[in-house]
Amino acid sequence: MAKAPVSPAALLDEFGPHPAYVPPGGWQDESRNPAEKLVKTHCCFCGQQCGIQLKVRGNQVIGFEPWEEFPFNHGMLCPKGVKRYMQGGHPDRLLNPLLRTPEGFRKSSWDEALNFTVKRLKEVQEKYGKDSVAIYGGASLISEKSYLLGKFARVALGTRHIDYNGRLCMVSAGTAYKLAFGVDRSPLPWADILKAQVVLVAGANVAECAPITTDYLWRCRDAGGKLIVVDPRMTPICRNADMYLPVRPGTDLALYMGLLHVILRDGFERRDFIAAHTSGFEQVAESVRAWDPRTAGEKTGVPPEAIERAAHLFAKADRAIALHARGVEHQSKGVENCLALINLCLATGNLGREGAGCAMITGQGNGQGGREHGQKCDQLPGQRSISDPAARAHTAKVWGITPDEIPQAGYSAVEIMEAIHRGEIKALLSCCFNPLVSLPDAKFTQEALEKLEFFGVVDFFMSETAHHADVVLAGSLQEEEEGIGCTNEGRVIHVQKAVDPPGNAKGDSWIYVELAKRLGKEKYFPYKSTKEIYEELREASRGGHADYFGITYEKIDKHMGIFWPCPTLDHPGTPRLFEDGRSFHPDGKHHFVVTEWRESGDPVSAEFPIYLTTGRVVSQYLSGTQTRRIGALVDQYPNPRLEIHPRLAEQYQIKDGDWVAITSRRNEITLQAMVVKTIRPDTVFIPYHWAGKRSANKLTHRTLDPRSKIPEFKVSACQLRKVEAPPDWAIAANGDETKGGDKANARLRVLR
Amino acid sequence: MHGYEFYVDPSRCIGCQSCVNACAECETHRGQSMINFDFIDRQGTTATAAYVCWHCEEPTCAMVCPADAIKKGDDGIVQSSLKPRCIGCSNCVLACPFGIPKIFPEFEQMMKCDMCYDRTSVGKKPMCATVCPSQALSYVRSDEIVKRRERPTNVFQFGNQKIVTKVHMMVPAETDAVSLDVLDYMWEESYVSFSQSQ
Repeated sequence: MAKAPVSPAALLDEFGPHPAYVPPGGWQDESRNPAEKLVKTHCCFCGQQCGIQLKVRGNQVIGFEPWEEFPFNHGMLCPKGVKRYMQGGHPDRLLNPLLRTPEGFRKSSWDEALNFTVKRLKEVQEKYGKDSVAIYGGASLISEKSYLLGKFARVALGTRHIDYNGRLCMVSAGTAYKLAFGVDRSPLPWADILKAQVVLVAGANVAECAPITTDYLWRCRDAGGKLIVVDPRMTPICRNADMYLPVRPGTDLALYMGLLHVILRDGFERRDFIAAHTSGFEQVAESVRAWDPRTAGEKTGVPPEAIERAAHLFAKADRAIALHARGVEHQSKGVENCLALINLCLATGNLGREGAGCAMITGQGNGQGGREHGQKCDQLPGQRSISDPAARAHTAKVWGITPDEIPQAGYSAVEIMEAIHRGEIKALLSCCFNPLVSLPDAKFTQEALEKLEFFGVVDFFMSETAHHADVVLAGSLQEEEEGIGCTNEGRVIHVQKAVDPPGNAKGDSWIYVELAKRLGKEKYFPYKSTKEIYEELREASRGGHADYFGITYEKIDKHMGIFWPCPTLDHPGTPRLFEDGRSFHPDGKHHFVVTEWRESGDPVSAEFPIYLTTGRVVSQYLSGTQTRRIGALVDQYPNPRLEIHPRLAEQYQIKDGDWVAITSRRNEITLQAMVVKTIRPDTVFIPYHWAGKRSANKLTHRTLDPRSKIPEFKVSACQLRKVEAPPDWAIAANGDETKGGDKANARLRVLR
Repeated sequence: MHGYEFYVDPSRCIGCQSCVNACAECETHRGQSMINFDFIDRQGTTATAAYVCWHCEEPTCAMVCPADAIKKGDDGIVQSSLKPRCIGCSNCVLACPFGIPKIFPEFEQMMKCDMCYDRTSVGKKPMCATVCPSQALSYVRSDEIVKRRERPTNVFQFGNQKIVTKVHMMVPAETDAVSLDVLDYMWEESYVSFSQSQ
């Protein structure tokens, strides 16, 4: 029973999150001394992986300096990037392996912690079978670690169940791109945005979740480009949009089928492109026939005239780009939504040329690279399918095993948690994943965690999920191991090691190699460095779609990134895909795929009449394990607030700053209202970065897209009730996060 | 940096506060941000504005300082108050038409944006303009800025006070100067003669 050993308050007191406000050594003291070295590396946060230089002194990251030469961001950073270095020397940092006792966690030696982990994993597997153990990975890990985790699960443990938190991020887009193009990557470099005449931003809060992309959009507009933004909320970029389409949550598919309807009705499709490079057009054309602007308008809440205008704007451009993110992807029809956008691009001939195409804006740090090399339940390195005999044979050869020894595809991330809940999976080893905050229906997740017979966690801070662990293995921050990542452009970048892990903390890769050794699989894990893992990864990816064979650390440094596929050492990489007009499908065609309308998995009703949608704020990242520990970022947005339109607020007599209970079919939380005209009046919004009683994911539901298995974070049904008194979380100062927010609360009061 | 000028464009601001956070990294005022940042009216709009000191040609803050503590350098940069002279009286805070100077009681001193003297003097851009992801704060050459949809102005009319600044504001293409008072748009003989006598 993996129950937290002591009270949550005691755990928060010991392990945080405590917000750090000053750099290691203090603002006026040690940190004023000049850096010993500047390390050119990348931000550890979102999928843009901005270039940054870390100032290092005495094996500590003490500050940063913009890296203006790096071509993606030219020194630009969002506030998370500016303050990322505050994790260095953080008081919450785990410095030793920890073992759970009834009185709380106690420090242990590595031998004791690793041997205990291996003993328990073996016991569970002997009792319940190989597949009773599951591995969770994370998309913030460098690709070497992602690769290592995939191999560890399949070779060291022999379980088929490994999946990662990218399941909550990029899988709808990835599935759609594989269906349409046979490959999972944005087909264009971001520089193409500058050349587009029209950019359609579909369900992407660029300003807050991919801030650097704003610069690309503004430069596009300065060159005369038009911007169309589709979102239930007027996000900051909407102020400069040429068209804003306020789509009702969960109805994006109807909008994009409506756009295609208008384009085909008015004859704007590019017949030559369709004939030469695509298949399946006629079926898609037939499928959108019913979606005239009026029908689409009724479904989406977007005026039919706006649908007509947007369709014409997009179709008449010689070069148009559709950018999309979690707004369309976090739905039980996330794959369809992406496919509908791809269909728009294919019908208008926007692909494989400068300034034209579609692109997914990756959310997690190594969201692209982290899914290409084997921690996804159905993939082997190089973006190979685990069910493909040739792929199994290739991988088995690199790994030195027989193809039969590679397990078949396992469950996806949410399915693993469900299998734990029903008792099918008994043990979990998780790295860089905080499912208690990030998975939907948090109460269910907590119940599942409490059923585990063994739960091990590898992490650098004590996440809320780790409270349930039997053993916590103190791992490494991004800047503590060398490796590669892949950005949302498909650019492979080099993450430098700036410092050693502090105290007795270890590199994540060392931890998994040691576990493999103790599982008796040492000969398959002979690595002495992450570079040795990378050399094997290159070989394992060779010949796959995501072919990294021609990419070396040195080559990345020389060119400031190499775009895959890059099959040979003298190959320059591939910034733009499909320039030869061919997809990665065996037939070389880009596939139109029919999309069918269906309702959300948690529909609004008389009892739950309001749409709830969730997302991010600019100062926080994912489950907040890192960013809720950085004072300046906490102050910027200390607690989740309920965004609500004044018209809806009036119905419930809610004024700005009032406390509101939000109830879904699963649970209830109480937050402070932020009454703003920038959201649809049938919808409320809550950011999801917090745990416990502030957790938006207590309200969300576990309906998955049937193909991508992504949860439907963007559409739930809820009811609202004004409450008179603040909830206990706001009164009790449990967790210093709320204490630390005084300055920001004062500012928010001024805002009101 | 020769040929580079500072441009502020609130229409491009996304409210991320990267500038606010980065400013606090500056060597001369570590831990304190000198950026002025506002949500204009969050209930009505996502509009935000981040701005630095405008570095007036004739700085009002210096004119009203009874201790002669505020100096403008040959480079046109208006410095924070001179610590030995500043008496913390807040005259500058009250007088600045842009609301820039701040009194830091813990240091008994007025401090404000000094255009990252430590960076610009060694050929780097100011920190805020380097990190800003949305061109709301830019430090670029004039041949870069002419590519924008908006145009720069550095002339502000506050009632009868015409202020010319080193830092530029990006305004709609048809605007020459920023004027906020209805009086500036009125025909009133006494005002005309008063203005001309200035």
